[in-house]
Amino acid sequence: MASRAVIEVRDLVTHYGERMILKGVSMEVHEGEVMVIMGGSGSGKSTLLRHMLSLEQATSGSIRLSGVDICTASTEEMYELRLKMGVAFQGGALFSSMTVGENIMLPLYEHTKLDHMTMEIMARLKLEVVDLAGFENLMPSELSGGMVKRAALARAIVMDPKMLFCDEPSAGLDPVVSNAIDDLILKLRDTMGMSIVVVTHELDSAFKIADRITVLDQGDILFIGTVDELKNSDNQRIQNLLNRQSGEEELDPEAYLRRLTGEDTLVKAA
Amino acid sequence: MSEAGPFSPVVRLAERVGRSTVGGIEGIGHGASLLAESIYWTCLGWRKHQPVRLPAVFSEMMEVGIRAIPIVMVLSAAIGIMLAIQGIYTLKMFGAESRVVIGIAFSVVREFAPLITGILVAGRSGSALAARLSTMKINEEIDALTSMGVNPVRFLVVPALLAMLVMLPALTFFSDFISLFAAGIYVNLDLGLSLAAYADQTLDILSVDDLMHGLGKSVLFAFLITLVAVVNGAAVTGGAEGVGRVTTRSVVHAITAIVITDMLFAFLVTH
Ligand SMILES: Nc1ncnc2c1ncn2[C@@H]1O[C@H](COP(=O)(O)OP(=O)(O)O)[C@@H](O)[C@H]1O
Ligand SMILES: [Mg+2]
Repeated sequence: MASRAVIEVRDLVTHYGERMILKGVSMEVHEGEVMVIMGGSGSGKSTLLRHMLSLEQATSGSIRLSGVDICTASTEEMYELRLKMGVAFQGGALFSSMTVGENIMLPLYEHTKLDHMTMEIMARLKLEVVDLAGFENLMPSELSGGMVKRAALARAIVMDPKMLFCDEPSAGLDPVVSNAIDDLILKLRDTMGMSIVVVTHELDSAFKIADRITVLDQGDILFIGTVDELKNSDNQRIQNLLNRQSGEEELDPEAYLRRLTGEDTLVKAA
Repeated sequence: MSEAGPFSPVVRLAERVGRSTVGGIEGIGHGASLLAESIYWTCLGWRKHQPVRLPAVFSEMMEVGIRAIPIVMVLSAAIGIMLAIQGIYTLKMFGAESRVVIGIAFSVVREFAPLITGILVAGRSGSALAARLSTMKINEEIDALTSMGVNPVRFLVVPALLAMLVMLPALTFFSDFISLFAAGIYVNLDLGLSLAAYADQTLDILSVDDLMHGLGKSVLFAFLITLVAVVNGAAVTGGAEGVGRVTTRSVVHAITAIVITDMLFAFLVTH
């Protein structure tokens, strides 16, 4: 694909405290594509996303969004950039003291000079898009899990961003809603030309929406490529992932016993 | 293994003391930078797409100030009457109970009103602020704000700080009035001093300086309560029980800070 990269991650190394989480990750997301980040739980998917959003401080490496290096960007540049980004967090992160409608209007209220009427109409339009029309006066606590995620998506796209980031948008939802969210993501790509990064561990959903897939494995990049390339890969760990097998290699009973009794760690510590 | 090995109780204790000292200094550092940032956004926010919203400040003022009026009234009246009872009882030993008005006036305006109001607001609004911020942090709401280009300090902290800076002195002034009034009624009933005479004497005794002493302290307390709440709230880890922990800690820290500041203030002003 010859299209321009809107997100470029170079040699990203990150720590939480002493623990290294991402061990030199490089990837890019092209304009107008859906990039799915996959990997087992705890492999660093959310961490990578949080770094793309400049919510964490990297140990080394660089991240460029629309050509701007977010590690060295000025407040002004960062502000301009954030207007072009929409984020739907894993847990929704709706503001619990505001109604759904107010949640969705907040970016408009903070960043535009539109009058209140117009903002309300725009918020309702976005709620319509995520199939939540008529729910604008409810509080987030009155919504079900799936509705929270859809409302979060509505808030993420209310400014018509160029880049959209979704962390597990369909995890824990029933198949119908999950499918609807996948369709919505594709629609946003096709009609608005958004570049979209989706973190997920649901294979079906990933295969359906992904233009390309990045597979993370314990902080390392295991694979970057299209869905077909992924399916045809002969890497054992990738095949395990695709066949929904746990990543554990065969263990001999003795080693297993040693691990259970904690002897392993003692031996390592010695 | 020798006594001073890495696991001996002494070393562990020393380590814990060391860590909490470092933690405390770190907290003060965070508080200072938070204060600087709050002042920055208050003054320059409107030029950097981060205007401080007046409606947000007003709704905080409503919560911090207006809703606290009933309980401030009750506590202040109780304190005023307590001071009158104690003052008359003590002065009776010298047969000087008619001088009780001096004691009441100074104690209320310079010490008790600011202190009791500060402690009350720390327990009521400081804890609420710490709970709200820590919950928001755990639910990634703070990250959501940041990622939509809204500075969380400007959006959440500055309105609370400004509201506190206006309402705590206002409540303290109100508390002055209620305490003195309640004490006056008791003195009237016990010593037969008319309320008009009591008011005359009180106004005679009190100078603007005394009033300013009390109100000045309450401004200081307003800073302390807000910054302690925000620093603790932002330091939350874990889930719901983390919220409970930082909320409690923020109240304890705030009240400690208030009482110690009060002591230092009294010392500095009288020396
Ligand atoms: N705030 C945090 N503090 C310390 N460790 C964290 C924090 N967030 C995540 N981690 C650790 O980082 C690793 C990657 O986490 P994450 O990126 O959330 O994984 P996932 O791929 O499931 O989204 C995990 O081992 C997790 O324990
Ligand atoms: Mg995750």
